[in-house]
Amino acid sequence: MIIESRSADTALTEVSAVPAQPPRPWNGARITGYVLLVLWGLCGAALIYYLITGFDQDFFTRYAPRLLSGFWVTVQLVTISIVIGGVIAFPVALARISPNRLLSSLAFGYIYLFRGTPLLAQVFLVYYGAGQFRAELESIGLWWFFREAYSCALFTFSLNTSGYQAEILRGAIQSVPRGQWEGAHALGLHNAVTFFKVILPQAFIIALRPLGNEIIFMIKGSAIASIITVFDLMGQTRLAFSRSFEFQVYIWAALIYLFIVEVLRRIWDRLEAVLTKHLKPMS
Amino acid sequence: MDELLGLLAWGPTGWGDELADGLKITVMLALSTLPFGLVLGFFIALAKNASEPALARAANIYTTIFRGLPELLTLFIVYYGGQIVLQQFVNLFTDTYVEVNSFVAGMVALTLVFSAFASEVFLGALRAIAKGQIEAGMALGLSRWSRMRFVILPQLIRYALPGLSNLWLVLLKDTSLVSIIALNDLLRLTNIAVGATKEPFFFYAVACLLYLTLSLISSIGLGGIERYVNRGEQRGRA
Repeated sequence: MIIESRSADTALTEVSAVPAQPPRPWNGARITGYVLLVLWGLCGAALIYYLITGFDQDFFTRYAPRLLSGFWVTVQLVTISIVIGGVIAFPVALARISPNRLLSSLAFGYIYLFRGTPLLAQVFLVYYGAGQFRAELESIGLWWFFREAYSCALFTFSLNTSGYQAEILRGAIQSVPRGQWEGAHALGLHNAVTFFKVILPQAFIIALRPLGNEIIFMIKGSAIASIITVFDLMGQTRLAFSRSFEFQVYIWAALIYLFIVEVLRRIWDRLEAVLTKHLKPMS
Repeated sequence: MDELLGLLAWGPTGWGDELADGLKITVMLALSTLPFGLVLGFFIALAKNASEPALARAANIYTTIFRGLPELLTLFIVYYGGQIVLQQFVNLFTDTYVEVNSFVAGMVALTLVFSAFASEVFLGALRAIAKGQIEAGMALGLSRWSRMRFVILPQLIRYALPGLSNLWLVLLKDTSLVSIIALNDLLRLTNIAVGATKEPFFFYAVACLLYLTLSLISSIGLGGIERYVNRGEQRGRA
């Protein structure tokens, strides 16, 4: 008996800890998966073939610098609107959660207005609507601002994103557990200190992911500026297409947009990993 | 003020009936995109959730592309690119000139975008369903289809509805983009009205109000649906 069990023991130790996986069967899911991947591969190959065979040196030297300058306009537009929007969003979010009925319903109306209507309609309202009030705007010395398509787009985007960011911030602040407030009060911290030193840092971590999504939405939404003749990436693309009828330029623009969004997504993942390091269980 | 309101009159003197027509196109476009987007999004979510890595990867490529592209660019690529592809295809047989219908182009583009986002919502909902539910279904001897129909779907709808409601509101707003490819939706007819009357602020404000109304009605309707699918759920005693 003993010898037998010993031999069984040695047999066990010889077998590696991880049992060999059975070979994956060629079932429907696997076949579909490979077929789809091959299809994507073919699409990609066709696209590359199309871009290479249709490559025109003249066209490239003429329009590539323009697309690049459009790219910078897009980056600028998005960065400035996100920052200004964030600055406006903060008081709006505070007003939204304040116990004052009037304040909170005003903030709700503001948020609802910007989230409930299309960005395109808002841009039209500001850009073309401002033209109608030219005399009034001139008299208060703001006409130079609303005359430019670029600043109108900036203005609208900032207000629009402030509505979304306010809502994100409100949700984040409210989802910090009550116990955090109570704990801070028990320590004798007063409200302002509790809010800024205890609640807000935690809220920002909760808001991080939706905020990243909002920036991505803004990058995509900023293409709308091209409709009111702002020459951002999309605007330059449309201009190039209308002059040359070269469809390729849209593909280039698509690749650039995908690139921007993907880069931002990766930066955001890293940022989140760094900022939430202290929350990860130790391994 | 009366003068401005007069501009909204029905009939040949005012723009009320034109705006109503545009509103109808907007709603129709959103409503006809919805079923395609939902079904496609659901299958993509199933693919992403599959244990087969090849299938999941193929589905992830789809979402990466259509979530990352600006909606406007997707629309242009579908509209102009579809035109080129279709024309070349038709040229194989005859040399008639074909034109892509802007309603269909809008529908295709919005479906691509909507399904990419919906697949993420469905995926989250699929993962929220406890594994034991599916195992219990297996233990009861339910077929694959019955498990899907009677165990997974009813719970899936409950988990996915808040996310899908948001996407519907986004879809309603995104329809405004088709005005740029000359589909007579609400925003384009507003543009036309502005061109004729030189009252941009008033008309765009009216258009914004109409969009707000649409989303208000949707919110009420979606709230009703949410209460309906949660009817069997016990309320938390919070």
